[in-house]
Amino acid sequence: MSRTPSSAPRRPGLLLALATLVVTFYLWLFLHAETQTGVALLLALALAAGLAAGRLRLVRSVEIAGNRRPGLARALAVAGALALIAAFHESHFVLLMICTVLLYTTACLGLTVQFGFSGVANFAGAAFFGIGAYATAVLAANTGLPHLLILVLSGAAAALVGSLLITPVLRTRGHYAALVTIAFGILFRTFIEVNDVLGGPQGLQVPGMRLFGYELNDGFTLFGADVSFYASYALLSLALCGGVFALVKALERSWIGLAMDVVRTDETAAATFGLHIARWKVVAFVMGNFFAGVAGSVYGMITGFIAPNNFTFPDSLLMLSIVVLGGLGNAAGLLPAAVIVLVLPEKLQFIQEYRFLLYAALVIAILLFRPDGLLPRRTRVFFHREPQR
Amino acid sequence: MSVLGQYLFNGLMLGVIYAMVAVGFTLFFGVLDVIKFSHGDVLMVGAFAGLAASLGVMHLGVESAAVQLLAVVLAALCVTGLLGALIARFLILPLRKAPPLNTLLATLMLGTVLREAVRLFYPDGSNPKPFPALLPSATLDLGGLSLRSDSLIILCAGVAVIVGVHLLITRTRLGMAIRAVAQDGETARLMGINFDAVVLLTFALGSGMAALAGVMNGLYYNEINFNIGLLLGVIGFAAAILGGLGNLYGAILGGFLFAGLQVLGSAALPALIPDIPSAYRDVFAFAVVIVLMAWKPTGLIAEKSSERV
Repeated sequence: MSRTPSSAPRRPGLLLALATLVVTFYLWLFLHAETQTGVALLLALALAAGLAAGRLRLVRSVEIAGNRRPGLARALAVAGALALIAAFHESHFVLLMICTVLLYTTACLGLTVQFGFSGVANFAGAAFFGIGAYATAVLAANTGLPHLLILVLSGAAAALVGSLLITPVLRTRGHYAALVTIAFGILFRTFIEVNDVLGGPQGLQVPGMRLFGYELNDGFTLFGADVSFYASYALLSLALCGGVFALVKALERSWIGLAMDVVRTDETAAATFGLHIARWKVVAFVMGNFFAGVAGSVYGMITGFIAPNNFTFPDSLLMLSIVVLGGLGNAAGLLPAAVIVLVLPEKLQFIQEYRFLLYAALVIAILLFRPDGLLPRRTRVFFHREPQR
Repeated sequence: MSVLGQYLFNGLMLGVIYAMVAVGFTLFFGVLDVIKFSHGDVLMVGAFAGLAASLGVMHLGVESAAVQLLAVVLAALCVTGLLGALIARFLILPLRKAPPLNTLLATLMLGTVLREAVRLFYPDGSNPKPFPALLPSATLDLGGLSLRSDSLIILCAGVAVIVGVHLLITRTRLGMAIRAVAQDGETARLMGINFDAVVLLTFALGSGMAALAGVMNGLYYNEINFNIGLLLGVIGFAAAILGGLGNLYGAILGGFLFAGLQVLGSAALPALIPDIPSAYRDVFAFAVVIVLMAWKPTGLIAEKSSERV
């Protein structure tokens, strides 16, 4: 008999609201913390709370509650993010960090569709991110297209360049397939570094975004308070990330996601059931690259400047480690993982130098001791029926 | 003629180094069916161990280049042999049951750990280090083709190492054990072969080879850098895969093939398209690798694979 009395929450809505409140408040404190001791104290608190919550099955309860009321959970998450953006409306640095986390999460959602759903390993995530950013730089500088269209076109450019790899990706498997994307990641970086048209090692400038005649690079005043221009970008990133998240979740729940899962777990079985293996791999690969490209496009506009050094092989590894750390295939796990991987080193200035070392070690430890990641992916539940007793 | 000879010689030189790295990949894949991606960074650690040893010997007041060279090679071999065995024992054997890409990712991350550790903890490790020139540097003139004797020695040493490892694998009891484990680990155990010992020895052997390649690389360019491992590792991996994983000859073939592509890229591209920078050689080489993978998805000398359902 399946009895999960302690983890099935009685009032999912209340639990979700409480969880959102706690997490948002904690993030607010954490982003505010200036001194090293403060940050360390908060980290210790988070570690203890995380362990306790895991012990008390609190995390699981929240997860179940989120599954019961997905609409409410998303609305609360967006509200939490909006509250954070509002709270830090003056601080450029914090807002930039929020943007980076949201955009990396978007790119990693793409990788999740590829690697987590269909089993197509992509070791060149940063390269597709970079293609999006470079496409934006070139298009915005040389054409008068509306920027929203450029956003889509940049994603399409990433997907298009990625589709050059479709034949080798489809024909190879396992390690052989890994080589294809690794080679592509290195090729891309070398190419933009030696290519004078694209700025070479110095990189390119990207103009800021203009939406319906409104320049996002201008700050504005709202209710008498000066708002950093990054706030508009943070809202844009939030909209993008939320949209892609909803899309990926819907995909996962649909028959397409089911087909992709079967293709990943057992190609032979998938073929036996009449699934077109190549079709789903191509769909996942193109779609993932598109998401990474769009995220890279916005990232380029935010930073205003892109160089080959932003899109190296270690950056691709950073993205993959977010995907693995969050729990392979679990879209909701990406955000906490991205926060850990991207925000923590910014706050802990003394480990700034050691951050690649620490993250690499952390990912190794997770692969060794918790191979399913922090929030392992659960089997999808289509009908929320109470377990029969 | 002499220009062509020069290109050929450069290609051979690079090919030997790449082949030595690729043989390591193929050995590991043979015994455990895993890719150890930290291989390139183990190579770099070996080169740095050699550098440290040469500085230490110099500090002791020994001026003889031969003694220094011996110290460099021994230090590089010991450090990486031990490192390779440790990696196998504590990272790769525990991950045997995990999906292959988890192992790949874990070892990629280990490579990052090694790279960052050298960058941060080796004194002034983030800057390129001069590698002492320990080989006689006379110039040989062969009918318009001038060869540096140190390059020639490195080339011969590389070929000798590859031939030596080949003989070790095909002619000795240890080699027989390695081949047995590669064919079927379970059956090898039944035949009384100490599986763990063979795996650890294989990893030590492959890592030692990588260290020699790293030292040769340092002697050739007279400079080492904390991030040489990444590119050399990727190239070695590409070479091993191009040739076909698990196949010793494939790895050697792949190494020379990749070097050939690079040399072709730097020699032929400027001839075809004027004023194209020679830095495009890597772009060219990796592009050809991707095309070759599309053509021969399991390498030029394909491993025999069949799937039991």
